Amino acid sequence: MARAAVLGRLTWRVGTLVSFRDETAVARTVVFQIPDWPGHLAGQHVDVRLTAADGYSTERSYSIASAVDGDLVELTVERLPDGEVSPYLSQVLRVGDQIELRGPIGGWFVWDPEVDSPALLVGGGSGVVPLMAMVRTRAQLGSATPFRLLYSVRDPASVLYGPELDRLRSDPMLEVQYAFTRQTPAGYSRPPGRIDAAYLDEFGYSAALRPAVFVCGPTGFVETIADLLVAAGHNPHRVKTERFGPSGGSS
Amino acid sequence: MSIALDGNTIAGALGELFAVDVSVAVFECAGCGHSGVVAEVVVYADAPGMVGRCPACSDVLVRLVRSDRRAWLDMSGVVSLRIEL
Repeated sequence: MARAAVLGRLTWRVGTLVSFRDETAVARTVVFQIPDWPGHLAGQHVDVRLTAADGYSTERSYSIASAVDGDLVELTVERLPDGEVSPYLSQVLRVGDQIELRGPIGGWFVWDPEVDSPALLVGGGSGVVPLMAMVRTRAQLGSATPFRLLYSVRDPASVLYGPELDRLRSDPMLEVQYAFTRQTPAGYSRPPGRIDAAYLDEFGYSAALRPAVFVCGPTGFVETIADLLVAAGHNPHRVKTERFGPSGGSS
Repeated sequence: MSIALDGNTIAGALGELFAVDVSVAVFECAGCGHSGVVAEVVVYADAPGMVGRCPACSDVLVRLVRSDRRAWLDMSGVVSLRIEL
């Protein structure tokens, strides 16, 4: 079992927005510099706290998208139409602005580079974000651990990190397979559809290889995929899940 | 509308109180005896506090309410926590 990157009680830290980049029409990656950031494991989160001038305060949990990079931490935030925090993070916040963050959090849904069994990553919508941290960490370490990323996404315009995934998949040990649920790219060989048992059989790893499995997305997606994997013989203890709330979107 | 999240949602708030990462601790449910990691507890965070329910029987395991100066933690639904040190 992976250990948390830090022991000791968590406290709020102040992070400064140093840059951002738009990933899709509704998703933006925001890069924070957080002094004395202790580092993080691939798959961990931070809590973000916003406080209004009148003292009203609210918190949300976001997966870290980046591999460890000194005191920089990247989050990818998908804007929700009626969201309280996501529109602020993805539209209003400007370079130099400060927010409060607490983390890194969570030692369960993390990829341990010391374990060399293959890893099967299954993401729905913005559930791909913590999986991308795993893919980036693997690349950063020059790891030869076989990875397969199965990415369920509504249509080509909603794909997060597409160009970067195209570059990274030149590594033959990293396979990336999309499942477009509503609309496929022109000339795509498969019709739109959700990930089902046949898809997992074709593109996943066989249970006999004892892969580490990480499934992240909206609750319904996560439960469906986890059930399919267990039915296909994967040990439930090796199938780790993480559910997104509304920020996961529907894929 | 209540949205089911997972134990990571409450891990940060518990991390303010505990000196260890509670998300990887193993709980035993007082309702049904199910054991699992706190990361996989079903969490509802849209109440005034946070409520964590057992993924097997949906009994309430933990309730946490936080104000500026005080935290109130009810763990009466948990028989034990097993924490790796």
